[in-house]
Amino acid sequence: MEGKKYEPLKKVSIIISKGSLVDVYPGLIMANGARMEGIEANLFFTFFGLEAILEKKMDKLKVPTVGNPAMHIPSILGILPGMSAFATKMMKKEMEKLDIPPVREFIEMIHDAGAGIYACKATVDMFHLSEKDFCKDVDEVLTVGQFYELSAGAQIIFT
Amino acid sequence: MIKKYNGKSYEFTDDGYLKSYKDWDEELAKELAKEIGIGELTDKHWQVINFLRDYFEKNEISPSLRKITRESGVSTKEVYSLFPDGPAKKAALVAGIPKPQGCV
Repeated sequence: MEGKKYEPLKKVSIIISKGSLVDVYPGLIMANGARMEGIEANLFFTFFGLEAILEKKMDKLKVPTVGNPAMHIPSILGILPGMSAFATKMMKKEMEKLDIPPVREFIEMIHDAGAGIYACKATVDMFHLSEKDFCKDVDEVLTVGQFYELSAGAQIIFT
Repeated sequence: MIKKYNGKSYEFTDDGYLKSYKDWDEELAKELAKEIGIGELTDKHWQVINFLRDYFEKNEISPSLRKITRESGVSTKEVYSLFPDGPAKKAALVAGIPKPQGCV
């Protein structure tokens, strides 16, 4: 990478569509990383990804322990009570070591860095949510059409 | 790569960071800030720069943006407005420490 000349990215739109801790972090890291490089960034939370910006849910996201071969534990053990809580605790510890903040702090940091934080209208309607359910950093609820308008000229990344 | 500022020679890496943080001085910081579009350095800029230099001296690594905002007393919003378009990298460059390597 060093010394290579390349055309820099100017704008990204990152969609977070899943609600487990491992599904939410990559999008957050990419959005934060974009801002750190001076790239304009917008985050759009849809379907279960919305849990990451819900006041009552965002601190309780979990690492799933079944259905993921890369966890390297047999699925039959993954269903035992406490396994997911244990995996979640371990992962949070590792994240902290890398200086990656908890979800709530990370979203605040990304928002303060100038990225837009948006919720998907279809999901908000489907789950019967309203603005009072969101954390303070959510800018607006958007329809898909508005999301595309906002993403003019951006690379769209779906996670 | 060798570059001259105020009649003094300094050695830089290929991507523009000072090779040895010990070569740094405040006059150089002012010149580098102008060169990368930050302009005149305010007290707030110096608060960040001094934090970076102290941190690097103690830890021999450039701090993440989260470390900067948590420990220097300058908020995320402020750091982004002081060093726009890449705060951790630009602040490190002006402070004469290596390019930060972390992802956050």
